[in-house]
Amino acid sequence: MTSEELTNMPERKIRVMVAKPGLDGHDRGARILARCFRDAGFEVVYTGCHQTPEQIAASAIQEDVDLVGLSCLSGAHRVLFPRVVELLSGKGASDITVIGGGIIPEQDFSMLYDSGIKAIFTPGASLDSIVEWIRKNIKTH
Amino acid sequence: MDATIKKICAGDVRTASRLIRDIEDKLPDAKAKIKKLYAHTGKSFIIGITGAPGAGKSTLTDALIAEFRKLNKTVGVLAVDPTSPFTGGAILGDRIRMQRHAEDPGVFVRSLATRGALGGLSQAAGNAIHVMEAMGKDIIIVETVGIGQQEIDIINHAHSVIVVLVPGMGDEIQTMKAGLMEIADVFVINKANRAGARQLQTELASMLNLSPQIADGWKPPIVMVGDAFKPETFSENTAELAQKVEEHHLYLQQSGKLTERMHRKAMAEIKDALSSCLMEPLMHSLITSGELKKLSEKIKNRKTDPYSVAEEITQRFLKKES
Repeated sequence: MTSEELTNMPERKIRVMVAKPGLDGHDRGARILARCFRDAGFEVVYTGCHQTPEQIAASAIQEDVDLVGLSCLSGAHRVLFPRVVELLSGKGASDITVIGGGIIPEQDFSMLYDSGIKAIFTPGASLDSIVEWIRKNIKTH
Repeated sequence: MDATIKKICAGDVRTASRLIRDIEDKLPDAKAKIKKLYAHTGKSFIIGITGAPGAGKSTLTDALIAEFRKLNKTVGVLAVDPTSPFTGGAILGDRIRMQRHAEDPGVFVRSLATRGALGGLSQAAGNAIHVMEAMGKDIIIVETVGIGQQEIDIINHAHSVIVVLVPGMGDEIQTMKAGLMEIADVFVINKANRAGARQLQTELASMLNLSPQIADGWKPPIVMVGDAFKPETFSENTAELAQKVEEHHLYLQQSGKLTERMHRKAMAEIKDALSSCLMEPLMHSLITSGELKKLSEKIKNRKTDPYSVAEEITQRFLKKES
């Protein structure tokens, strides 16, 4: 039994959401990440494929997550990722960090960073590096 | 009125979800908020939905949301998924099935992880229900974690309980067993297009003929729900399910059973609150003072036993409190 179970001490748990915006159905990466976040001790809301940015933003607020990880392999990230950031801030939830991953050409990075995406992970990024980034950059609400 | 409470009563999702999180994380302030919130609760109809992992609870919850929204009722959903005993992490995947309602302002879906609770819910579930009640949701659906035979905490929280069964899970004796099979107000045989569904229905029906609930005027109906990928028949089946649940609600109101159930709920709530008020500060002081470690060392070496230790601590604690 861990001391946490014994005491019921207050503890802020990191809550994240993994979402796939748009029509891309390649969810292997998103699922592996969700699983990896689980193993890192996070609570992971997984919303499945084919989500609109509107669905993603609404779900993130309903679930009170600290971070939304968007995965997109179809090339639509330039439109979909910034839209999620925009919708969240429109709902007064700009404190929810949005990061992205997938097949994203380097020339798009600055455009995405400018739109409010806080980190981008492309093929080859180690799972540990993503978890580490989250631990370091997420201040739980 | 407290600003948080005011926002929650006005239906603000962000504030409500944050308070639910504070409750889950056991922040000291959360209890005080619940105390203030409590007067605004108690008006919603609370439906529990339970059954084995993969039985179709989330898909049926999604269908029920759709049915209740047709009647213009607002719906809150609490969906529980398991926490890892090793890492404390969790995959909360119930809402995948409900995403078509994500943008509907009349629907609020919040996932909860069990965080070590064993009764099919999470410790925060009771108070999370209260938060949704205070938001003014007409209906609150509580979807338990996938369960086996006797994780039935849901009966202390819901007014009506739906038990979801699927064919192929065992013989007739399974339907006779205590626990899960006794708590249903409405049964669903899901995936009823699969082999064995009719047989399960017959077995269940003959078991129900002996149900003590019948003497009280309610015979739990069995709703057959077929292939979820055939939208037409599926929605016909789920409409029937929603109707049966409504009928049960009406029965509870007319028979006076609703008051009885609310009584049971209140008693369970006192018990929960008591154990949290007594145990949390107690364990906290035992751990921070290092006493717990010393005592467990003594027990390990058979210098004393757990009961003597517990009695001694209880007496000391009660003396200090009085």
